[in-house]
Amino acid sequence: MSAKQTKKKSATAVKHRARKPAATAVKEKSQIAAKLIPIYIMGKRYEVPEGLTIMKAMEYAGYILIRGCGCRGGTCGACGSVYRKPGDYKLQVALACQKTVEPDMYIAQIPFFPANRATYDFAGLTAAPEEVFKLYPEMFRCVACNSCTKACPQGIEVMDAISALKQGNITVAAQLSFDCIQCGLCTSRCFGELAQYHMLQLARRIYAARIVPRAEHLAEMVKAVDEGKYDRFLDGLKRAKDDELKKLYQEREVEPMAAGEDWKPKDTRYL
Amino acid sequence: MSLAYYPGCTLKTRARNLEEPAVASMEALGLHLDEVPRWNCCGAVYSLADDDLIHQVAPVRNLIRVKKQGKTELVTLCAFCLNTLKRANLLMKENVEKRDTLNDFIDEGIDYSGEVKVVHLLEVLRDDIGWDALSQKVKLPLRGLKAAPYYGCTLLRPREVAIDNVETPTVLGDFLKALGASPVDFPESTRCCGSYQVVNSPDDIAEYARPILNSALTHGAEALVLTCPLCDYNLARGQKELINKGSGFREVPLFYFTQLLALALGLDPQVCHFELNHGSPESLLREKDLLSQSRSVQSIGG
Repeated sequence: MSAKQTKKKSATAVKHRARKPAATAVKEKSQIAAKLIPIYIMGKRYEVPEGLTIMKAMEYAGYILIRGCGCRGGTCGACGSVYRKPGDYKLQVALACQKTVEPDMYIAQIPFFPANRATYDFAGLTAAPEEVFKLYPEMFRCVACNSCTKACPQGIEVMDAISALKQGNITVAAQLSFDCIQCGLCTSRCFGELAQYHMLQLARRIYAARIVPRAEHLAEMVKAVDEGKYDRFLDGLKRAKDDELKKLYQEREVEPMAAGEDWKPKDTRYL
Repeated sequence: MSLAYYPGCTLKTRARNLEEPAVASMEALGLHLDEVPRWNCCGAVYSLADDDLIHQVAPVRNLIRVKKQGKTELVTLCAFCLNTLKRANLLMKENVEKRDTLNDFIDEGIDYSGEVKVVHLLEVLRDDIGWDALSQKVKLPLRGLKAAPYYGCTLLRPREVAIDNVETPTVLGDFLKALGASPVDFPESTRCCGSYQVVNSPDDIAEYARPILNSALTHGAEALVLTCPLCDYNLARGQKELINKGSGFREVPLFYFTQLLALALGLDPQVCHFELNHGSPESLLREKDLLSQSRSVQSIGG
């Protein structure tokens, strides 16, 4: 995306190109090998090459995505989408950058969904579940309908994680929701108007900062670094000429892929 | 032998002093309480609205998980959870139309029609173990403890889910007798503590508690014995306000029945989590020489 495009302050998340996509598709049909399949984007029919992701298909159809797309690698959570197939009442969910199009899919992106996010001073929070209850009292509106779990493109048992949180079990809530990418599809489907992904993010923050044991070896290493254990080695590297640095780099000892726990380098000066 | 067990959310936070002595006691009695996998909130209150099926989803989903666990009986500890689960179970058993709608919606892969039997731990003690067998397992009889069994509402009402005679229940009194305590009958033992009414009218909490505490005290009780975390909350808050008002009340200890069970079975009092109780129960127990630790110290010393 060019800088010029990002500067345009558009109220809409998706914009349409000036050229006619349908006409383009017809013109390009003879030139591309892929078979064209029909899909419906926000109710309008387009023919797109099979094998494209929903996101690529939307772009092929002429949409310029200035919101609702981010990493394009399935980790940023910006492109949550819903779709249905004809004859099936089930609502399906996907990340637009991951799911390849299927014939006759009806697709809509939900790049953003308004959600209540509590404000808190994390430094003052303990691991007491009551503090989470106070920040998100609406948690107790959950009726266990399980729609959140069905809406999760990451396959997280969202309802179970919320149940764990209600039971004061921050650890289980954090562990169950570890793969959350904050796309917000759970919230878009919630009968009780919960913002599960914000609540569970808080659970993971508390878990990481207050519950998981600190890694003692890391603290020891930081202390050793602070005390200057590596200063002379670093100084040596700083003084090295380019050729010398290249040689050191090329001849460095690399830990083998299948190294065991007890593997040690031949040169143990830095351990 | 293991029993499918439903704890409930409050028992994992505020009311750990109800749950932990129960789990330890049942283990001591040779019965393992096996937590239902992936249980969720019971629904908290049984919805009485005719077309409000969404609020039956939570309890019914739990019952389906019990069925999936391969169990036919579910044990509860919290009187409110018992009530909600049992009434939802009854709905699934008796109302075919609503059962079909709920099964369709819940999407758990199996259908449910009320085949799990929901029971309270007191029923397991009474019907499966029996008072005589229980009293034989008692190591430290609670002699001299004048305790008033307080039932509240949800163990007994409505009639179709009651665990005992609705008008003249005896199960808690019989339980206390089996432990060697002296149960104190009092006419307000089934009077409502205020339940969730106090959420909307917090000023009434003392007036709900007053007749219950008054009646128990005038009949000679030294403590009240409860089965429900909401009763505990309301009676504790209520008596605190009564004392603050200067109405001449003295603090009455509130026990969960499971704490007395663990004590009588001679388990470590630490499992009872008395620090979560209201009305300093430990000083009463010490006064009566009923804390097993202080007892054993005494016997070693003597």
